[in-house]
Amino acid sequence: MAEFAAKVGIIAHMVRAQVRGQLQYRVSFVMELIGSMMTNALDVATVFVLFSVGGGLGGFGGPNVLLMASLSAVAFSGSDLVVSNVDRLREYVRTGMFDSLLLRPLSSLAQLMAITFALRRVGRFAQAAVLYVIALFVADIDWTVGRVLLAVVAPFTGVVFFSSLFVAGATVAFWWVESGEVANAFTYGGRDFTSYPITMYGGWFRDLFALGLGFGFVAYYPVLALVGLPDPLGVPVWLHWCSPLVAFLAAGLAALFWRVGVRHYRSTGS
Amino acid sequence: MIISARGLRKDFTVTRKVGRFRRERHVVSAVDGVDLTVERGELLGYIGPNGAGKSTTLKMLTGVLYPSAGEVTVCGVEPVAKRTTLAKRIGVVFGQRSQLWWDLPLGESFALLRHIYRVPDTDHAARLTRCTELLGLDEFIHTPVRQLSLGQRMRGELTAALLHGPEVLFLDEPTIGLDVLSKQAVRDFLGELDQRGDTTVVLTTHDLADIEKLCRRLVVIDHGRVVHDGTLDELHTRYRSRRVVVADLDAPWPTDLTLPGAEVTAVEADGHRVTLTLDGIAAGEVVAALARAVPLRDLSVQEPEIEDVIARLYRSEA
Ligand SMILES: Nc1ncnc2c1ncn2[C@@H]1O[C@H](COP(=O)(O)OP(=O)(O)OP(=O)(O)O)[C@@H](O)[C@H]1O
Ligand SMILES: [Mg+2]
Repeated sequence: MAEFAAKVGIIAHMVRAQVRGQLQYRVSFVMELIGSMMTNALDVATVFVLFSVGGGLGGFGGPNVLLMASLSAVAFSGSDLVVSNVDRLREYVRTGMFDSLLLRPLSSLAQLMAITFALRRVGRFAQAAVLYVIALFVADIDWTVGRVLLAVVAPFTGVVFFSSLFVAGATVAFWWVESGEVANAFTYGGRDFTSYPITMYGGWFRDLFALGLGFGFVAYYPVLALVGLPDPLGVPVWLHWCSPLVAFLAAGLAALFWRVGVRHYRSTGS
Repeated sequence: MIISARGLRKDFTVTRKVGRFRRERHVVSAVDGVDLTVERGELLGYIGPNGAGKSTTLKMLTGVLYPSAGEVTVCGVEPVAKRTTLAKRIGVVFGQRSQLWWDLPLGESFALLRHIYRVPDTDHAARLTRCTELLGLDEFIHTPVRQLSLGQRMRGELTAALLHGPEVLFLDEPTIGLDVLSKQAVRDFLGELDQRGDTTVVLTTHDLADIEKLCRRLVVIDHGRVVHDGTLDELHTRYRSRRVVVADLDAPWPTDLTLPGAEVTAVEADGHRVTLTLDGIAAGEVVAALARAVPLRDLSVQEPEIEDVIARLYRSEA
């Protein structure tokens, strides 16, 4: 445990150094911050439009739709803050710069997270978190101990889930250097999928994303569990509570991909 | 024995375009069964022509690359399996890659490395002071790394690799692209490190002066295989390095003249300068015979060039 804390401390040092480095390019930092705030504003607008759809979406009323959208936003922007830049792994693998991470006495993934950390994404996450708290108050929830726990844990499991997805997607670069943006189809596609009640989507595509790939466990099932509604599609109630388990599995898989990927890393001639 | 490798190999599968769409896969054995043992405190020159597999070997020894076959231990552990443990005990400088933080002043990179390697304050300060003195870091320690010249950065890299007091130092072309003075500084620094004897050094270089000044033992590889393991002198003996006599004459060289034990390799300046390559026999005999045959004005005897012997070695293995 002390060992783990020490490592987190070291990574924190690296993150601070990264932020200091970014602040050296003041103009570009400010520009990016402004850009990011503008997209945030757009996000908020979207949510309000959603909320004002009187009859709700996919058979769910406005408050529940807002709860799903905001929970999905917290999960995505949280993971966006922590790991979304890990797709720069591609560049590190292509140029062989990944070598230098492997030469240091720390996890290569943790280092990559630290050196690609982008402070400007904090705003988006904070905003999503505030919306989520508001949505929890607005929604009609019959609070029990279990639901309070779930409301607290769900954002974290969502962050873990999306982060695992980002990491797993990035590892493609270990096998396929010219992988381009293929992995983003899943991450950004997944965010859009989790923002709305899955009842809006149809057929095998929905089942694949919601249950097969686990996207339903980011926002849809946890919200059903919170508000105590049955699933119109017939997924049993106990499964609605399984998002921590799914996140745990996803993290395990991502770690495995990473481990195997690093063994396939071939550096470059030098 | 601090480094040991048995039958170490690394194969890369590469695809080559044939025709417009077809791609052909084939295997390049970058390292092809290398056996190597290095004792604690040695300074080893690991040399070979371009593409011989030197950098690839170093990457396997440092845990960056997973070997395709063979066994390897460094500081008693298997590099890939115990990568993070090993990382604390070795230092690495890859001339082409940086271990420093591009946007931070050099000094901050060092401070960060102290945290990463968890070096006690006093040890860190002592080592930094020593490196600062020997490598003259004062002038640029507050400059962001991206603004350093190559030579300045390389001094920074060397320092960075040594701040945690590694048992083994791996250097891949640390003098590449440096000017005479910077090379000298790096070389002297390594010489001093070697004198102290507590750090094992594996050095890869194409700089023959580095080899001559620093490396008592040379391991030469080519096409991924070890082709020589021994001292530079042994290499000279093995390739029968030959001394050269250059003579300036007062009369033109009689073209039909032959001297026993010497080969005429060049006749220049309208026959007034002749170059003789000696075939192992003492220079005195040849010079005496030469003086009897033609009027001598000036004479010099050149010892075998390390360049020649290395070139001959590389060529013979090609
Ligand atoms: N990542 C890689 N993918 C494919 N082939 C590689 C890779 N890295 C090295 N090689 C090949 O392996 C061989 C050895 O390369 P390496 O970089 O080890 O040579 P080297 O001895 O360090 O040469 P140099 O003196 O030019 O630095 C070369 O034929 C090179 O093309
Ligand atoms: Mg090389």
